[in-house]
Amino acid sequence: MAMTGVLRPGFIQMRVMDMEASKEHYINRIGLHQVMEGDDGRVYLKAADEFDHHSIVLRKADNAGCDYFAFKVYDEATLDAYKKRIEDYGIEVDDVRAGEQPGIGRRISFVVPSGHRIELYATCEHSDPKPGINNSHIWSVEPHGMRARRFDHALFYGPNIDKVQEFFETVLDFRTPEQVDLPDGGLLGIWMTCGMKAHDIAFVNHPEPGKFHHVSFELENWNDVGRAADIITNYDISIDIGPTRHGITYGQTIYFFDPSGNRCEVFAGGYTYYPDLPTRKWDMDNVGKAIFYYERQLNEAFLSVVT
Amino acid sequence: MNEQRFNIDVENINAEFCGSSTGYADERVLISLERAQGFGKLKNLPKRLPVGCRRGGCGICRARILEGNYKRDPMSREYVTLEDEKEGLVLLCAIYPLSDLKVRLEPKCVKNLEVNSQSLEI
Repeated sequence: MAMTGVLRPGFIQMRVMDMEASKEHYINRIGLHQVMEGDDGRVYLKAADEFDHHSIVLRKADNAGCDYFAFKVYDEATLDAYKKRIEDYGIEVDDVRAGEQPGIGRRISFVVPSGHRIELYATCEHSDPKPGINNSHIWSVEPHGMRARRFDHALFYGPNIDKVQEFFETVLDFRTPEQVDLPDGGLLGIWMTCGMKAHDIAFVNHPEPGKFHHVSFELENWNDVGRAADIITNYDISIDIGPTRHGITYGQTIYFFDPSGNRCEVFAGGYTYYPDLPTRKWDMDNVGKAIFYYERQLNEAFLSVVT
Repeated sequence: MNEQRFNIDVENINAEFCGSSTGYADERVLISLERAQGFGKLKNLPKRLPVGCRRGGCGICRARILEGNYKRDPMSREYVTLEDEKEGLVLLCAIYPLSDLKVRLEPKCVKNLEVNSQSLEI
C-alpha cells in the first residue's frame, strides 16, 4: 500500500445564509444525512457511504463561501511531520484543538498563497449511517435525493496558483494530473491529487484571494447525473450548466447552486491517476473543450461566479 | 404562483433605456429578466444580463433600485453592505417586486470580470 501521507479530502466547512433551506438542499436534494447539530449551530452532514464522522459542515453567516477544506492524513506522526514541513517552508501553522468539531481529533490549519485555509487531521470517529463491514449490503439506508456517495473534491479561485502548486507538490506530496496553461507561461488552473483520483482539490487563477467555486459530490453513474438534473428542475434549484462532461478528468457532471449561491457539482466517472503518469496539459485555445467537453466553450459564469 | 404582475424596467449604467420585463409578485426579479432576455426584450445591455448563482451569494446581479417597492431574501453582505442597502442597492436574484420597479445594473465585480475576460481572450 503506497498511500501513507495525505489520504483524502475529509471535510469542508461552508458558509450559508439560510440554514433550514441549506439543510433541505444538502440532505433532501443532494442526498446527505445529518449527523448532528453542534451547540454553536453548525450542522454536520455526511453521505451514507462514508465511514468518517462527517464530510460537510454548514455554518450560518451573512455571506456565502468556504471557511476551510480539511484533508485526512495517515496518522498522528504523519500530522506532526507535515506540521514541521509546512513551517519549514515558511507558512504559519495554527493548532486547532481536538473536539473543535465533534468526532474530529486535533487539526493543523494554514493559509496557502491563494488565500484559502487548508487543514490536516489524522483522527476521526465513525458515525451512522455508514457502510457495513461484515457481509454488508450495498447500502445501510436506502439512497435518496441525488444519491451522493461521498464528498469528493472542491475547486477554489485565487491568485498565486503557481505557488499553490509548488506548496501542494513539495510540502504535502500532491501531484498534478492535469493543468491549463496560459499563453504567457502562467497557469489558468491546476487539478491536484493526493491519491489515485484525477483530482482531490483544484485551483483556478483569479484576482481575488480565497474565493470558492464549487464543492463536489460523487454519484454512481451517468444515469444518476440525469436523475440529478430531473431533481434540479423539479425543485427549482438554480442551474449552472449540465448535464455535460469535462475533458479534464473525464467527469460526467452537472453544476447547480445551493440556496446561498454556493456552487455544487454532482458527477460520475473520472480516470485513475498513478504517480508515474505525466501531467496532462491544455492550452487556452482548447480550454472550452477542457472544461465543457460537449459545449466546447466556457460559459461566462464558470469563470466569474464565485462565493 | 401569485399571478399579480408588475413591470420591471432596466436602465444600463449610462441610464440609457434597455427594456422592460413583466415579473410576478413571488418571482425573483432576476428570473423575470432572464425570461425577458429569452424573449429578446432586453436590448442594448452593455453585456448579457449578469446571471450567476441566482440565490444571493455571488454578487454578480448587483443593482440599484431607482423606483418601486420590493421584499427581500438574505443576500451576501460581501456584495451588499448595510450602507449599500440603505442606498437601495440589492442583488436582483434576491428580491421580489411589490410594485412596478425601475432598476439600474451596478455590478461590483466588473473589474474582476474584465481581468478574467482579458486573460482568457474570450
